[in-house]
Amino acid sequence: MKILVGIKRAVDYNVRVRVKSDGSGVETDGVKMSVNPFDEIALEEALRLKEAGKADEVIVVSIGPGDVQQQLRTGLAMGADRAIQVEAGDTLQPLTVAQVFKALAEREGAGIVFLGKQAIDDDSNQVGQMTAALWGRPQATFASKVSLNGETATVTREVDAGLETIEIDLPAVITSDLRLNEPRFVKLPDIMKAKRKPLDVIALDELGGVVGVAPEAGHHAPPEPRGRGIMVDDTAALVAELKNRGLV
Amino acid sequence: MSKILILAEHDGDTLNPGTAKAVSCAQAITAHGGGDVDILVLGDGIDGVAAQASALQGVNAVLATNAPHLAAPLAANHGPELAAAADGYSHVLAPSSTYGKDVLPHAAALMGVNALSDIMAVDGERAFKRPVYAGNAIVDVSVPEGAVIAGTTRSASWSAAGEGGSGAVQDRAAACEAAAHTRYVGLEGAGGDRPDLQTAPVVVSGGRALGSAENFDLIYGLADKLGAAVGASRAAVDAGYVPNDMQVGQTGKIISPELYLAFGISGAIQHLTGIKDAGTIVAVNKDADAPIFEVADIGLVGDLFTVIPEFEQQLS
Ligand SMILES: Cc1cc2nc3c(=O)[nH]c(=O)nc-3n(C[C@H](O)[C@H](O)[C@H](O)COP(=O)(O)OP(=O)(O)OC[C@H]3O[C@@H](n4cnc5c(N)ncnc54)[C@H](O)[C@@H]3O)c2cc1C
Repeated sequence: MKILVGIKRAVDYNVRVRVKSDGSGVETDGVKMSVNPFDEIALEEALRLKEAGKADEVIVVSIGPGDVQQQLRTGLAMGADRAIQVEAGDTLQPLTVAQVFKALAEREGAGIVFLGKQAIDDDSNQVGQMTAALWGRPQATFASKVSLNGETATVTREVDAGLETIEIDLPAVITSDLRLNEPRFVKLPDIMKAKRKPLDVIALDELGGVVGVAPEAGHHAPPEPRGRGIMVDDTAALVAELKNRGLV
Repeated sequence: MSKILILAEHDGDTLNPGTAKAVSCAQAITAHGGGDVDILVLGDGIDGVAAQASALQGVNAVLATNAPHLAAPLAANHGPELAAAADGYSHVLAPSSTYGKDVLPHAAALMGVNALSDIMAVDGERAFKRPVYAGNAIVDVSVPEGAVIAGTTRSASWSAAGEGGSGAVQDRAAACEAAAHTRYVGLEGAGGDRPDLQTAPVVVSGGRALGSAENFDLIYGLADKLGAAVGASRAAVDAGYVPNDMQVGQTGKIISPELYLAFGISGAIQHLTGIKDAGTIVAVNKDADAPIFEVADIGLVGDLFTVIPEFEQQLS
């Protein structure tokens, strides 16, 4: 079985993101870029499935301009077998991304399309759901536990009310939540080895091109700052302040 | 003129408050040029929920679709049903809960449209604001004419529509067959009889500093004294001190209580994005430089293991 894993290049989660002064977007010049943390978790799970003998090949896919190859190389260094860059401008909408994953899943005959539940840049949380819908296959989003049993998978999902379990037939789309696993660290020799692994480049048009009407992103603004607070010296002062404000 | 369909969220018996909040967002849309707001309830044996939905102020009609295969909240069944019901509507909305986020994008893809996540403000019939980068930037988005607008509504940004409405409940037959490829196994709810984290006016949260599940009893104890719900940082959930449904933040729950008390939480950006809309934030942390103090309305540098018992004492 083949597993396709989506890898998005995103601003590193440790970076303090700042809005550009002209409101055209957020500052990315000289900012550290990494693999979206949820995608790293998805890749880790795919690799573990392969190591457990339940998958044969792990293929990492990223959509975007040439610099996404850096993140694909990270994926290869973690242990993916090969990589595909789908060449495109860098502001694709989730529906188009889903269309690409559906087309690649069919082309590769994938058993699982494994994605992060959301990317920490636009926080959309849509691609997995859209891929499943277009592909006509099951979706198991926000996964915190995945077990494969031949042609089916049992997935535990983190939902607002607790932990939901569903059973799905493969092929299917699974999206990772934070507690699915802890991704491995990449070792230097693996980075060297990754340089020799295959990385194919495919044009977006070859996979269906842009679909749907794109919402237009306009002005970006920093969030409303909260007013400056006060510090109190001890618990008595804290409780007195809360009582004063009628909060307790 | 807008014609808006809202997907109701419920547990079979009770309408989730996120639905009434989505109604407020819809009303902010119809405030620009008029229109109607309808609610779609999907489930099995949902007459009670449909009645609750029809009582929301500003609701025109409630479409109630009862079918055995809709009993569980599976996107594989609810997604296609929502897409089918959306025919003829200009906007399709759902609360940005795990349910809404699971189902709405699925339906949008079937409808061939993009979707907007976490709508926090409405600037026009087709113009909205939504947070990106964990709330570090708020972006204006507009949807060009011609496309149906599909989106989830960020519950913490909207107040619940009031009651006293009298929308008509209409039975709507299911349009789609059960999806055989996805089966619901069950829900392991943490449950309990404490107030609901997403709607409670007071929330007490604990972080990694608690050190163990046993020590978390301190947080529960104070919460019970205050009649508060209990939340946690990701670190506390990851360490197994508390279940996942208590996580507050970018990838947990986004909440807006009147009072939020954070004990031993450093204030990582991913946590702060979940509490930005709280009325008053109180932080207790033994590190005076902890970033949580940058957003706290009232801060106390101190050891939570001494502060919490003192706090309880002062209350009584
Ligand atoms: C993609 C992604 C998504 C994330 N999503 C979330 C999310 O949704 N929610 C979330 O919370 N986090 C999230 N995180 C994690 C986040 O970055 C932080 O790691 C986490 O919030 C830290 O939790 P904490 O504050 O409990 O722990 P720490 O950062 O370890 O802080 C513990 C604090 O306790 C204080 N302390 C220690 N002992 C005491 C004592 N005795 N008395 C008082 N204070 C004490 C310390 O000074 C410290 O400030 C996410 C991270 C990533 C990468």
